Amino acid sequence: MADVRNRPLSPHLQVYRPQITSVLSITHRATGIVLSLGSVFLVLWLLAAASGPRAFEIAQDCAGSWLGYVFLFAFSLALFYHLLNGIRHLFWDMGHGFELTTATRTGWAVVLGALALTAVAWILGTHIVGGM
Amino acid sequence: MASKKRRLGPAHTGTGHFWHQRLTAIALIPLTLFFVGLLPNLAGATYAEFVTLMKFPVTPIALALLVGVGLWHMKLGLQTIIEDYIHSEGCKVAAQICMTFATVLLGVAGLVALVMLAA
Repeated sequence: MADVRNRPLSPHLQVYRPQITSVLSITHRATGIVLSLGSVFLVLWLLAAASGPRAFEIAQDCAGSWLGYVFLFAFSLALFYHLLNGIRHLFWDMGHGFELTTATRTGWAVVLGALALTAVAWILGTHIVGGM
Repeated sequence: MASKKRRLGPAHTGTGHFWHQRLTAIALIPLTLFFVGLLPNLAGATYAEFVTLMKFPVTPIALALLVGVGLWHMKLGLQTIIEDYIHSEGCKVAAQICMTFATVLLGVAGLVALVMLAA
């Protein structure tokens, strides 16, 4: 194992200028962590619902509070970003889209697409379906 | 021999993590879209409305798949993050154990809740 520790290392990440490709790559991880936290709340919410009307009302009040809305908004943005960038990853897995210009273009498409889908989902969800 | 020496496991299982991450990712595309469509109906729903929604088999089935496949996907992602950022071998193993146990706990809790709601 000793030789493993003395292997040469590539320069530390901080020496590189941030680029759209690298920033979106770390954002994919960050949104994955946000969604992990979201899954904890989803399961807690399901447990509350399974516990009966009283617990469900409390869970709904928490989700409907301003803090709940902030979290739900962050969760939805992270969800759409991770979904779209994940599809971008699946195309890379099939060998498509590695050219720098294409990677830059699909990267910006993911950012704009995530913002647009989040906006559409909240507008439709709050005004047309009228659930909130 | 080389794989045994480096404790990386048998050579033919090397693509398992990669493959399962992609498999769950593909499954999560329709499941996520279903969940997004369901959310406005869940938000602000009364208990009676929610119970009615859960009596349609498609709702608990899709939510159970979302919880199961989603948490599996989450486990694979968090495993990579722990491998990349925790460098002490002891902490790394401890973190993987805690993360795996927490994932299984969340999965079982979520599925039991769904079974209770659908029953």
